[in-house]
Amino acid sequence: MGTVDISGINKEDLTWQIEHDSSKCTLCGKCIAACTFGAIKADVQKRKKVISNGCTPNPEVSETTVPVIKQVVTKSKNCVGCGMCAKVCGNEAIKPVYNERNRMNVKYRALNAESPKRGGRTNLHTEGRTLDKIKVGRISQMTDPSLDAMRHTFELLAPFGRVMPPENLPFEIDPMGNLSLTKKIPTTRWIYPIIIGDMSIGALSPRLWEAIAIAVAYLNEVYNIPIRMCSGEGGVPEKLLRSKYLKYMILQIASGHFGWNRIINSMPYMTEDPAGILIKIGQGAKPGDGGLLLAKKVAKHIQEIRGVPKSDLLSPPNHQGLYSIEESVQKMFLSMNSAFKFKVPVAIKVAASVTSVSVYNNLLRDPYDIVGGFFLDGIAGGTGAAHETSLDHTGHPIVSRLRDCYNAAVHQGKQGQIPLWAAGGLGMKGTLAADAFKMICLGANGVFTGRLMLQIAGCLGDDYGRCNACNTGLCPAGLTTQNPILMKRLDIDKVAQNIVNYFLATDTELKKLMAPIGNSTLPVGRSDALVTVDKNVAERLGIQHVC
Amino acid sequence: MCRIGAIKSSEYFHPSKTLELMRSQQKGHDNSGFAFVMQDLGGIFEPYKDLPLLSMACTDKGVRIAEDILHSIGFTRILQWTPDINKSAKNLQISPMPNYIFGVFNYPKLYKYATKEEKEQLLLDTRLQLRMALEEKDEGYIYSFWPDVLMLKEIGNPKDIGTYFNLHTPNNDFVSKIITVQCRQNTNYDIVRYAAHPFFLQGYTVLANGENTFYEKNKNFQKSLHKGYIGFESDSQCFLYTLHYVNKILKWPLKYYKHVITPLEFDEMQKREDSEVLLRIKASLAHLEINGPNTIIGVLPDGTLFVTCDSKKLRPVVIGSDDKTIAITSEVTGINEVLPKRNFESDIYPNEREMVVIGNDLKVQRWAQ
Repeated sequence: MGTVDISGINKEDLTWQIEHDSSKCTLCGKCIAACTFGAIKADVQKRKKVISNGCTPNPEVSETTVPVIKQVVTKSKNCVGCGMCAKVCGNEAIKPVYNERNRMNVKYRALNAESPKRGGRTNLHTEGRTLDKIKVGRISQMTDPSLDAMRHTFELLAPFGRVMPPENLPFEIDPMGNLSLTKKIPTTRWIYPIIIGDMSIGALSPRLWEAIAIAVAYLNEVYNIPIRMCSGEGGVPEKLLRSKYLKYMILQIASGHFGWNRIINSMPYMTEDPAGILIKIGQGAKPGDGGLLLAKKVAKHIQEIRGVPKSDLLSPPNHQGLYSIEESVQKMFLSMNSAFKFKVPVAIKVAASVTSVSVYNNLLRDPYDIVGGFFLDGIAGGTGAAHETSLDHTGHPIVSRLRDCYNAAVHQGKQGQIPLWAAGGLGMKGTLAADAFKMICLGANGVFTGRLMLQIAGCLGDDYGRCNACNTGLCPAGLTTQNPILMKRLDIDKVAQNIVNYFLATDTELKKLMAPIGNSTLPVGRSDALVTVDKNVAERLGIQHVC
Repeated sequence: MCRIGAIKSSEYFHPSKTLELMRSQQKGHDNSGFAFVMQDLGGIFEPYKDLPLLSMACTDKGVRIAEDILHSIGFTRILQWTPDINKSAKNLQISPMPNYIFGVFNYPKLYKYATKEEKEQLLLDTRLQLRMALEEKDEGYIYSFWPDVLMLKEIGNPKDIGTYFNLHTPNNDFVSKIITVQCRQNTNYDIVRYAAHPFFLQGYTVLANGENTFYEKNKNFQKSLHKGYIGFESDSQCFLYTLHYVNKILKWPLKYYKHVITPLEFDEMQKREDSEVLLRIKASLAHLEINGPNTIIGVLPDGTLFVTCDSKKLRPVVIGSDDKTIAITSEVTGINEVLPKRNFESDIYPNEREMVVIGNDLKVQRWAQ
């Protein structure tokens, strides 16, 4: 009997265990070729049989060696459960199985002296989703009839950009009794109430990023759905910067300023203004952290677009030089506004936190009229790479925080003046329209979504620990990798088509939700339309408790 | 559903006319109340057009509370009028208050040289103070305290209310040139006198038919805009506060009221020369938009009368006129009662994108949004 390494790692400790049935296996090798993580290998095992022929015992020992598929067990890189092996096996001879009694939380740290990192979003489901406990309960009937969702004209538009307090609108009345503007005021744009954002080239493969950009352009140009995409902090292809499609892109600037050299250099050649600028201060999935792109994903094209050497790219947790909200308004907003001659709305994105209301309150008092939006990102948002402890244990749920911010604006009488956009797990269950609609009723002007796009594109991961290997650069679906061979697993046109289809369905669903409450424009702040069976949720959000 | 109406005439007329206007529409409402606002008063009130007129309904204790407050501020009464109550009528469906007080007051001496704005502020502050004091002890209701405006809101069958207050028989003492009227209490919620249309604030009167589905949005925005935006007992009060805010506070011309409550669709707006202004209004006052179904009748401080509808579902309303009188009401049968000899062909049924405006010269204008 061999020695067992009790304090080391063995298959029983792993989160995912490979089950291989050699009786079904044809030894084709596809599973090994498909596994990007090197989690399985071809091996041989000895088999020993004792056979006795005849009516009296006459044992004979037969020894054979058989080829098998074997799970690789290491202290840091193991099967992530993506299931590519099972997908490619025609005989159902192999599959990963979740090991509920795994010990990886202990073993990984104990053996590697390192905090585990991964992509995806929080995997702990200690509380049910608040949005699933809320229903649209105010149905228009009788005196205020419901609308016809298929035939009525609905207007699904949300403001992006600073909305002036009505008393500050610089109007004068001409002799004909018409109002006219006496001076320039900040730009407000009207866009679809869902923004796709903000995932960088680097976090995503260029092919996926491009597929999303194609889908966004297509939705705008063909279906007249004015959806916008946020670039994420990682630069934008020069060709896009100089194209007319830039008008559908919101450019993100984060603390690392990655890609901004190229953006600034392209400015003289831009034929359209970008849709907006989003200053990223924080992110819901890993609040308090800056962006993180591990060296293994910093391929040559990423180095070029970001202007960086091949190394781990860590954005600082804060923008250097910004020590107060006032400074953030004066320095960042003014400089970004002036860069585009005050024609492009500039908004800010922060991680939801117990301090969000204070920040929003301060911004609402913005004396310069240059804060064009407050993007609030909750704990259930996704990310390409983060420490697992950040993903699962830091952050703030989005629903009550969004509601608090809206109520703070109501208290000041300034709702809508700095548009509120919320995210963090919206569309987590695939039902983006319902989630968006409920958030809008609670006070959001719109929502933004990111991880859902990966799921539409074919992400194999889930929120129960499967895959979540976006940080490794080995994405088996070609979504979050910079490996040119893996990238080719993604069919750009097909992904773009799926995203377009998803939004066409979402558009119909939003109308199907607006029709029964009898509204043809977005019901921002119409919390009277919502009910919940959960008394705590009702009390916290100020909506009707029903049973 | 409510039935609403308004009559504007070049000659003084008695509120009995409004009972005639509403009588044939009885099947459309539930006989639960009757309320009206008289503006541009004649008869016994004619000599006092510039002085504030108090309209209230209260208990005996409420009378004392109000008088004490008015005296402490420095108002002095120069005329008190109480309606001629018909106490002999039996089996009336009405829940009357013990006292109905309509009094004309002189401004406090300190206000001798005060500006119009200062006086208006004083009247609003005083009304709010009276309302709060009466509400605290549940001793009555103050409807208005404003020059040349008289208001009554009562719970019960409109016909019986007319009988109780002797309103079926015209006389020359109790008359005005504009009366807005509504039959039906706000049965959606509690029966509260304050919830009955018309609503009035600083010279602006509004009454509406329908349901304000953006009530929550409107209310949340309005409650911090102005100290007079209170109560919200009815979702239709929001229409009044928006009118007051747009026309009096922001000082925008009346036509922008329509652009605020029912903004044009984005694509349509972009085609217009004034798109920049309209888009700014749409953004800044997004929370004052209404989503119907409504018909809104309003009166401005200068006596301009208007009617407009929401842009989606509308509510029935028709305007009929002859040389001397304009009548607006929910159903044409009402107008047939009061203006039987008019030219029916000139009746107007407003569309969703217009405002019908009647100035003091009684000319009817149709403003396309």
